Amino acid sequence: MEAGRLIRLDATPKGGCSAGSCGGTGDQLSHLPEDIRRRVHNHPCYSEQAHHHYARMHAAVAPACNIQCHYCNRKYDCANESRPGVASELLTPDQAVKKTLAVAAAIPQMTVLGIAGPGDPLANPERTFATFGMLSKLAPDIKLCISTNGLAVPDFADEIVKHNIDHVTITINCLDPDVGVDIYPWIFWNNRRVKGRKGVRILIERQQKGLEMLVERGILVKVNSVMIPGVNSDHLKEVSRVVKAKGAFLHNVMPLIAEAGHGDFYGAMGQRAPERYELSALQDACAGDMNMMRHCRQCRADAVGMLGEDRGGEFTLDKIKNTEIDYPAAMERRALVQAAIAKKQAAKTEINFMPPEPSARRAGYRPVLMAVATTGGGVVNRHFGHAKEFLVYEASPDGVRLIGHRRNERYCFGPDSCGDEPDVLAGTIRALKGCEAVLCSKIGYGPWRRLEAAGIQPYGEYAGNPIEDAVIAVYRQMADNGDLDCDAAAPAEAKASA
Amino acid sequence: MPLEIIEGCVNCWACEALCPTGAIYAAKPHFLIEPKKCSGCEGDYADPQCAAVCPVEGAILDGLGEAVNPPGSLSGVSPPRMAEVMAEIRAR
Repeated sequence: MEAGRLIRLDATPKGGCSAGSCGGTGDQLSHLPEDIRRRVHNHPCYSEQAHHHYARMHAAVAPACNIQCHYCNRKYDCANESRPGVASELLTPDQAVKKTLAVAAAIPQMTVLGIAGPGDPLANPERTFATFGMLSKLAPDIKLCISTNGLAVPDFADEIVKHNIDHVTITINCLDPDVGVDIYPWIFWNNRRVKGRKGVRILIERQQKGLEMLVERGILVKVNSVMIPGVNSDHLKEVSRVVKAKGAFLHNVMPLIAEAGHGDFYGAMGQRAPERYELSALQDACAGDMNMMRHCRQCRADAVGMLGEDRGGEFTLDKIKNTEIDYPAAMERRALVQAAIAKKQAAKTEINFMPPEPSARRAGYRPVLMAVATTGGGVVNRHFGHAKEFLVYEASPDGVRLIGHRRNERYCFGPDSCGDEPDVLAGTIRALKGCEAVLCSKIGYGPWRRLEAAGIQPYGEYAGNPIEDAVIAVYRQMADNGDLDCDAAAPAEAKASA
Repeated sequence: MPLEIIEGCVNCWACEALCPTGAIYAAKPHFLIEPKKCSGCEGDYADPQCAAVCPVEGAILDGLGEAVNPPGSLSGVSPPRMAEVMAEIRAR
C-alpha cells in the first residue's frame, strides 16, 4: 500500500454534505514511477507512509546563510524552540559524522541524514560536503539530503551528484519579484549585498535554474513553500503548477510560524500565520495538479528521531564523546530492522471498508477530525499523557486521510519563561481544537473528563490497532450514534476547515 | 581602517568564512575582528565582506565607528516608515 493513500470507506459517490471536504488528495506518491517510489519508500520526509516507520536526523553543520527571509531570525541557539533554523549545538564535520554514526547505531530505523542549517547548507559548502564525503564512505546505508534556499544550487549541482545526495529540498516561496520583495529583503550574491527587487529577481532565477539542473541530473527534488497570508497565499497555486511542470516530485506547503518572541521581522511586525483552514484550503487547491505532503513537522536544524519527536538531547557532543561505534556491525543490525519494517509495510494490503450501515443517509455524513497519539509504526500506541503531538485524520464518507499534526507548542519567549509549562492539558486541548475524538493507548481519568467537557471524546480501546482502521471504527460508531448527520453539531473549526 | 564587530552580533558565522585576511574569529559573547589583520577588504572586494553579509543592523562598525548597516537598511523599512508598514502588515 502506498504512502498518503486515501482509504475508501465505500464506493458510493461523494455525498451532499454541505460541510463537504468530501474528497481528498488521493495517493501522495502513487502516480510516480516505480523507481522514484522505491527511492522514497523509507524517507520519512518524502513519504507519509514512511514517516510512521522511519527516523531522520539533521546535522547542524551549516551556520552561515546567504539570504535573509523575513520569517527567519539568524540567532539560532535556543534549546526549546521547534522550528527550522534553530539548533543547540553547532557541529564541525567530524563531530557531525560521529553523531550521525552514533544515532544510526542507536536508532536502526534512522534512514536519512539531512543538512538543513541552521543557515543554508550551500552557503557552507566546505562544511556540508566534507560531512557528506565522510559519511558516504563510512555509512553507505544512510541517505543524504539537503534543504536549501536555492540561491547556490546552480553552483553545486554537480557536486551534489558527486556526493550521492539523492534528495534535495528547495524552499520556493514565489516566482514573482513583486511578491518576493515582501519576503526577502536582501541576498548576498557575488560578494555583494543585493537588496530589494533586484536581489529577489536573482534568487528566483537561481531557484528555478537550480530546480531544472537537479531534475536533469536525476536528483529527487521536493519544493517547500511557506504560506504567508496576504503575501504569497494566492500566488502559491501558480508556484505549485510551475515547479511540478519542471519536475519537482512533491510540493510541501507549510504554514508561516510567526511569533513576536522569535525575533524575526514578521514576528516583530505582527504578520499573522495562516489559520488551519486557510492552510488546508490552499493545500487542497495545490493538490489538484501536485502531490501535497501534510506530515511535515518543520524540524529544527538538529532534529533527531521520528518526525514529531526530538531525541537530540540523547546525542549531544558531551554524551557521545566516549562512544565507540562498530559501524559495520551496526549496519548489519540496521539492515535487519529495516528489512523487517519493509516486510511489514508490504504485508499491509488495501482494504475496502464498508460504510457505516445503519443510516440510509450515509452520503450526507459530515467529515470529522480525529487526533491520534502514536509513537510510530502506523498504530495507535501512545499514552495520551505522553504525547507531545497528535496526528490529525479526517474521516468522511470518502475515506480517511492524514491532514496534519497538532502540537502543544512550546515557543521560546526568552530566558524568563523558557521551559515554563503552566497547564499542559489546557494547551493540548487548545491544540486539538476542531477535533471531535482523540485515539490513544491509554488516558487518565482526569484528562478524560476535561477532554469530554471540551467536546473531544477520548478512545482508549483501539490501542495497538492500525490508525486508519481505528479512525474508521470510531467514525462508524459516531454514525451509529447519529452524530454524523449534517445537522448534528460539529466544532466550529471543523466546519470552517472543511 | 579596520572594521569592528560589536554587541548585536548573533554568532551566525556568515562573515567568518568570507574574510579574505582571516581577521574574524569566534569569541564570547560574540565574534570579533583582529584589527591588525583587517584590511577592510581593500584590494580584494568592493565592499567589506563581513558588513555585506551580516544579517544584523548595527552589529558592524566601519573605521570611523559608524554602523555600516544602520537601522532600516537591512529590513528595508526605515524608522520613519515603521508605523505605516507595520499597519500594512497587520492588515494582511
